[in-house]
Amino acid sequence: MDGTPRLGHGFRFQWEPAQSCHVLLYPEGMIRLNRSAGEILARCDGSRDIAAIVAELEQAFTSPGLRPEVEAFVAMAVGKRWLRLDPPTP
Amino acid sequence: MNAPTTPIGPPMWLLAEVTYRCPLHCVFCYNPVDFARHTDELSTDDWLRVLREGRELGAVQCGFSGGEPLLRDDLEVLIAEARRLGYYTNLITSGVGLTEARLDAFKAAGLDHIQLSFQDSSKEINDFLTHTRTFELKQRVGEMIKARGWPMVMNVVIHRLNIEHIGRIIEMADALGAEYLELANAQYYSWALLNRDQLMPSREQLRRAEAVTDEWKARLAERMRILFVVPDYHEGKPKKCMNGWGNVFLTVTPDGTALPCHTARMLPGLDFPNVQEHSLRHIWFESEGFNHYRGTGWMKEPCASCEDKEKDYGGCRCQAYLLAADPDAADPVCPKSPHHEHVAAALEQADTAAPSTKPLIFRDPRESRRLCGEG
Repeated sequence: MDGTPRLGHGFRFQWEPAQSCHVLLYPEGMIRLNRSAGEILARCDGSRDIAAIVAELEQAFTSPGLRPEVEAFVAMAVGKRWLRLDPPTP
Repeated sequence: MNAPTTPIGPPMWLLAEVTYRCPLHCVFCYNPVDFARHTDELSTDDWLRVLREGRELGAVQCGFSGGEPLLRDDLEVLIAEARRLGYYTNLITSGVGLTEARLDAFKAAGLDHIQLSFQDSSKEINDFLTHTRTFELKQRVGEMIKARGWPMVMNVVIHRLNIEHIGRIIEMADALGAEYLELANAQYYSWALLNRDQLMPSREQLRRAEAVTDEWKARLAERMRILFVVPDYHEGKPKKCMNGWGNVFLTVTPDGTALPCHTARMLPGLDFPNVQEHSLRHIWFESEGFNHYRGTGWMKEPCASCEDKEKDYGGCRCQAYLLAADPDAADPVCPKSPHHEHVAAALEQADTAAPSTKPLIFRDPRESRRLCGEG
């Protein structure tokens, strides 16, 4: 998997103090995110490609080998339209 | 007083019904039948305070509805404050009276989402299906919405007078570029209950409409999400109304009365608080109106001993009141309800009766005053 993920149309990502978690808001609904989903989505702002997101997370959590987890999450999130994946620039 | 035993969480939704004024006359409107008695409207400052207090409680979704919310001149001020506070802001409108300039103001205010609704009776749907005035209005508004980068979300109320055209409705929604389409069958409260004989589809009509919708869902899966909401009467089991009383929703009506559900005002014997007298925190956690039907302690049989009582919380209190004349009763749509015969009879009539010749009662202030004996 390659490309640059950004939030899907109509979705908003924010920290929610009353829930003590990151949430994804969309028309008339809300998804509570666990910590790793929140950390990944926080970086899906259209400025980083998947390789850059993986590298940042591996550095932030001093934990190598995160690529499969990130790819699985992004694939799931694209399927649910939380994310759009811009193709890599040639 | 039935004090809830489990801790009360924050509301997720603040629904601001900013006005009961409306240019339309929908025969299935869920506003109270006596809305013309409640003409007072909160001031801008009152609404701004309500928004702040709701957000402090933890609400994340804020809906602006009515009536037609566009009739409030301060709508963009309220949206801007809601967005600034961190709500996801939803505007529920028919689009009647919506201009480019107003939409620009909503965009600048940070509005997140517009739900474009089909609010009128069969005439509006007919216009839509035959490409006349309504289609053109929705097309124009739809293009203005999409041009500003909002998702295009449509809601169409389905009933006996349009259910046979459901495939065509979906096709037209697709032609307008809808990304989400809610096909919400009328629920029989308020004005829709007055018009139930004319509006309720037969079981066969509903079955066919669902089958047609499923075909379109498969065909349009890539570009449109379609949600089909079945009427309670046909569902055969009670719904977890409002996701639990005082659990998720906090509605504030035009005059400031706070309700756990937008139709709860009709329930007798409950004193619903007003935001002009109490804080939202007091209203949500302390008020009798919000605590009364929380949890399961208020239930009588057959709910009290029912294994599903935590699943459906006895269904809808308004439906219990309307059909069983007892807001504490099991929702009569439940087959276990001793009043289920009312629902069975209505379904039977929808299946077998000749088309009703009773005139439809249109929602307007004059009818409202007549119906509450003041006209």
